[in-house]
Amino acid sequence: MAGPGPGAGTLGSRSVGAQVPIVDYLDLDGAQARLLAWCCDACGACYFDRRNACARCFGRSFSRRPLATTGTVRTFTIVHRAAPGVEVPYVSVVVDLDGGGAVKANLRDVEADPAAVRVGMPVRLVTWVAGVDDEGTEAVAFGFAPVADTAGAGGGGDDGGA
Amino acid sequence: MAERDVWILGASMTRFGRYPDKDLIDLGAEAALAALDDAGVGMADMDVLAAGNLAEASSGVGQRLQKQIGQTGIPVYNVANACATGATAVRCVYLAIRAGEAEMGLAVGLEKMGKAGLLGAAARADRKVFTPSGRYGAVMSVEGRLGTTLMPGVFAQAGLEYAGQHDGVGFEQFAKVAEKNHAHSTLNPLAQYQKAFSLEEVMHADMVAYPNTLLMCCPTGDGAAAVVLVSEERLRTLPDEQRRRAVRIAASVMTSDPWTEHDQVQPDVNTLTREAARQAYETSGVDPRDLDLVELHDCFATAELIHYDNLGLCAPGEAGKFIDERGPWRDGAIPVNVSGGLISKGHPLGATGVANLYEVATHLRGEAGDRQIPDAKVGLTHVIGLGSACAVHVLERARI
Repeated sequence: MAGPGPGAGTLGSRSVGAQVPIVDYLDLDGAQARLLAWCCDACGACYFDRRNACARCFGRSFSRRPLATTGTVRTFTIVHRAAPGVEVPYVSVVVDLDGGGAVKANLRDVEADPAAVRVGMPVRLVTWVAGVDDEGTEAVAFGFAPVADTAGAGGGGDDGGA
Repeated sequence: MAERDVWILGASMTRFGRYPDKDLIDLGAEAALAALDDAGVGMADMDVLAAGNLAEASSGVGQRLQKQIGQTGIPVYNVANACATGATAVRCVYLAIRAGEAEMGLAVGLEKMGKAGLLGAAARADRKVFTPSGRYGAVMSVEGRLGTTLMPGVFAQAGLEYAGQHDGVGFEQFAKVAEKNHAHSTLNPLAQYQKAFSLEEVMHADMVAYPNTLLMCCPTGDGAAAVVLVSEERLRTLPDEQRRRAVRIAASVMTSDPWTEHDQVQPDVNTLTREAARQAYETSGVDPRDLDLVELHDCFATAELIHYDNLGLCAPGEAGKFIDERGPWRDGAIPVNVSGGLISKGHPLGATGVANLYEVATHLRGEAGDRQIPDAKVGLTHVIGLGSACAVHVLERARI
């Protein structure tokens, strides 16, 4: 758990194969990966997808802004049965981001055990490689990891490959 | 207003289960014809037909059904509204009668799912060359990579959110819900499964999405249910034999989810249920404590527990205490899902929101056999389909 893992800060060092974000609201261009939201200019409601009008106040103009990379777990589950190709068990969380916004993702670097996850635990944004296409391009996904590192398993990188 | 009140004149459902030898329309026709017979009327009396189905939603299910039960030229509404599909069909007929366009109508919910496994988890080939698509610009499936959006996990997260906010709610409380519903189902010959399981068996069953084990998840299956609705005005003209068994719809409410921040990333099953319940209690003048039975949408055990609170069946925040004290058992304070619920009675998606009306109406008529709740006078039904759509009905035994 020393480094930020693949993604943030290490993207530029790859010589072979490009990386693309798994979704367009994951911004990998800077030193630190971050999530970008479309926020309503009238009421401030934030959305990860493009919207025709604001679902809250019906406003029609939006500006893109980065959300915090830290937050707390609002709820979770531990998935044991999943779609083919998805490694189980894994922890799914909804995270309340510091300063506003909520996002769903996998919780990484933690044992898939209800005793290891709790509502309210502080987490931070991390990235990992979720897949590689036929041209060698890697899809980079985001997830969250516990902030207070309780000397969890594994030590080093958490990329887990594809 | 009162003259446009709407009543249930007839109701029926097939046993839920798996019917490899029957097609979708066989099941729908069986339920529809039985509901007409139960009502003592025929297709010639129907002014409107609504058919609720998901799997074949674009195939003119209502018209296909007409060809088997009677083509009379009446308007047909084919509806799909996630797991609230059946209730939406009922609401189409209800609204037509309320509007004065129909005096009598037939609503049918029908579904044939077979043994479908984990819904939404069908293998999907990822693109060979990553290309952003859709409103999130995704280059591959995000399921299991950016959290889960499959039902067992979504409802698990809804349950653990409640558990995180309130004391006395944990794995055991959620498991007790399934223990109860499986036990209730042993008295219901129409339930897909009729087998009791101990709390230990529920908790030690295969984990699907913590805290929901396999025995805490509803099965997939086949089945149909139908109701005949009638205006109060028309009901007054019918023979006593029909009036005597008619059940009054004291409230019929449908909601969708209002904007919340979290609803954008994880469907919020609470807000719209609370609003539907509020409107239903206000319209009917019924207090939750007056309810003799409730059939609510227990697609997963975690869902049922949080709906105790959403529907006002327990004190705020005390859903854990409610199940610990056996409040929702058939001999408890407010019996919940005495049919066995979706968990054990089954959940053929389009049929569910009609079948729960059948169940409550059958108790109010005093015709529920071994599972009869004694002297039931008022009951509530609730369904929720993610996306989201919620329907709540309050039914009353009344004389006219």
